[in-house]
Amino acid sequence: MDLTYSPDQKRFRHEVRSWMEAHVPSLPLPSFDASREGFEAHREWERTLSQGRWGMVTWPETYGGRGLDLIQWLIFEEEYYRAGAPLRVNQNGIFLLGPTLMEYGTPEQKARFLTAMASGDEIWAQAWSEPQAGSDLAAVKSSAVRDGDDYVLKGHKIWSSRAVFADWAFGLFRTDPASQRHKGLSLVFFPLDAPGVRVQPIAQIDGETGFAEIFLEDVRVPAFNRLGGEGEGWTICMATAGFERGLMLRSPARFQVAARKLVDLYKAHEHEVEPSVREAVLRSWMDTEAYALSIYSTASRLAAGGHIGAEASTNKIFWSEMDIALHKAALSILGARAELLRSAPEAGDIGRWLDGYFFSLAGPIYAGSNEIQRNIIAERMLGLPRA
Amino acid sequence: MAFRGRETMDFRFTEEQEMTAGVVRDLLADLCQPADLRRLMESGDARDANRWEKISEMGLAGALVGEEIGGLGLRPVDFVLVAEACGYACLPEPLVENAGIALPLLASLTQTGTTRFVVERALAGEITVALGHSANPFIADADTAGALLIERDSALHLVSPGDVHLSLQPSIDPFRRLFTAEGGLSEATRVAGNDEAAAKLASALDRGALFTAAQLLGIAQRCVDLAVAYARERQQFGKPIGTYQAVKHQLATAQVKIEFARPVLYAAAATIDHADRYSRARISHAKLVASEAADVAARTAIQVHGAMGYSWEVDVHFFLKRAIALTNWWGGPAFHRGRIAERVLNGELGPEHTFTHAAADA
Repeated sequence: MDLTYSPDQKRFRHEVRSWMEAHVPSLPLPSFDASREGFEAHREWERTLSQGRWGMVTWPETYGGRGLDLIQWLIFEEEYYRAGAPLRVNQNGIFLLGPTLMEYGTPEQKARFLTAMASGDEIWAQAWSEPQAGSDLAAVKSSAVRDGDDYVLKGHKIWSSRAVFADWAFGLFRTDPASQRHKGLSLVFFPLDAPGVRVQPIAQIDGETGFAEIFLEDVRVPAFNRLGGEGEGWTICMATAGFERGLMLRSPARFQVAARKLVDLYKAHEHEVEPSVREAVLRSWMDTEAYALSIYSTASRLAAGGHIGAEASTNKIFWSEMDIALHKAALSILGARAELLRSAPEAGDIGRWLDGYFFSLAGPIYAGSNEIQRNIIAERMLGLPRA
Repeated sequence: MAFRGRETMDFRFTEEQEMTAGVVRDLLADLCQPADLRRLMESGDARDANRWEKISEMGLAGALVGEEIGGLGLRPVDFVLVAEACGYACLPEPLVENAGIALPLLASLTQTGTTRFVVERALAGEITVALGHSANPFIADADTAGALLIERDSALHLVSPGDVHLSLQPSIDPFRRLFTAEGGLSEATRVAGNDEAAAKLASALDRGALFTAAQLLGIAQRCVDLAVAYARERQQFGKPIGTYQAVKHQLATAQVKIEFARPVLYAAAATIDHADRYSRARISHAKLVASEAADVAARTAIQVHGAMGYSWEVDVHFFLKRAIALTNWWGGPAFHRGRIAERVLNGELGPEHTFTHAAADA
């Protein structure tokens, strides 16, 4: 156990810091879920990152990365969020599909998709859930029927994040019409502007359209777009979910920056708030630190050849509940001003806490609801019997 | 053996550290099961002589004592897994208090004829040293100790238990032997003045809080394990109760608490020697969340056991009682929250400061 950064790691941190200071936009970009303009501004940022080879530092150099390890990735993320850099519009691609492609893709698929993903030229949406297949994802009905060298896609996907403005989507389809449940599923990519694809935005709790429904009517894609073998979709999908919940989707730095802002907010209002608020603020700081330490611990283990297991589920429960508590603490400090829009004359320093609070409420639901995560922990980590 | 620096951020324990803990775990699995606890409780003895002899034979008494004084010269990070194993077993004997806290404190003082004599006997496993530190209102295991190291007016005194008047303060935990001590201290018994004692008492407090957190984490995991074992066996409505989500989710919640206390504890152990506001806040954080994990896990275990959980017959209450005791031992939640507040409100914050410490270069 050695919790000090090596000289190389320190040099790397300074390199990232200098680059971020020179390149991070001085004003926040408009939301990528509210308008095409905001989406394209974020795509432009992805291109800037990619030109500096900072798009995905853990990827091999061939695909625009730097071949760095997970500790360096954590350092990168720390400097990224410290600098206040924009949220990653391509997170479905780079954090979820990317690592899965790296593991299961053919060389041709990697060459075709990873480079364009890293450069921001192709932004990805996910298309997993269906109206009748949410937590019970194995109930998906959307089909991919083989026709020569193509698949013909048919069905209805929902809660597809980024689908309103993205270029591509990856989804789970039933390639064997006679199959049941987890069997006979395949992971297939499709362009969101292909003939037969209709994207219907869904307004969220905050009015933005971060996700959409996707209607597929005889959408023809080459069989080349299937990742892994036919019928292996479930296994591959779970590997992706492992990454999503486990490590990459929510890096600790994001929460640590939020905790720092919360402490600043508390200090500015220390004498107006009741003592219980102090405890909530300290709690949020502790939780974000615990999350960071836990991820460093996992990264050390993975670097030594370990695999991510059910701790992907404990992570997801922890950060999602922590995020809500952190934002609630901020709202309690803001008191009566918490409900104001930022345009209100009396808004003052209310910041984006209310937006953050709304977004935090989605945390225990997406990427596998926390109820499902608790089942996974109970069954796979504790060894309790399945129902 | 202590620092095997890999010259890079690495959160893993060394093989030696894992191995030491493994030996202790195995020994306690053999000799410190709930049936053994019950036997000791019924006998009314302070210690299980056979078990304590086996523990002493492992030679861990001098784990944290410097090699120049005859100890093993290990660091707290080498001992934290041992303390966790002691919590998991609800060990009655004072391995953690003696080897983890009191003896290293005594050995760190300027050695005189008297202190050296006591340290040597303690290193040989002939006696234990009990510590009366101002963080705790009582002295644990004072009656069975060969020597008492007592803080009084910020100085440290070394006396033999026979030289002071000990009053037993019975604890709800049948294996904790708590005492108050009166009289017997004088200029002649003083072994460290205020100047020397202050820093060493502070570091004893840090070790005390750290290793108590480790024991609490062990207790928490034991409670979950006991409840899981029961939930797999106990049938209601024709199925093991562990198949029901209402049971599963409570145990998963307790396990999440444990999983996010553990890395805090280990980081606290690895950085305790910095002895600054950052390392102290980390220790206090570990103590707080380990207490909370033990509390949630113990109450969950009682709930999962149903009416049996409220009975004397089921073993969970041993762990519940130890958790209650240790939550306020070596600083209660308010004390530790205060140290965290000091660091949060006055120290560096943000993702680049997770591993910051006062002496670190920028």
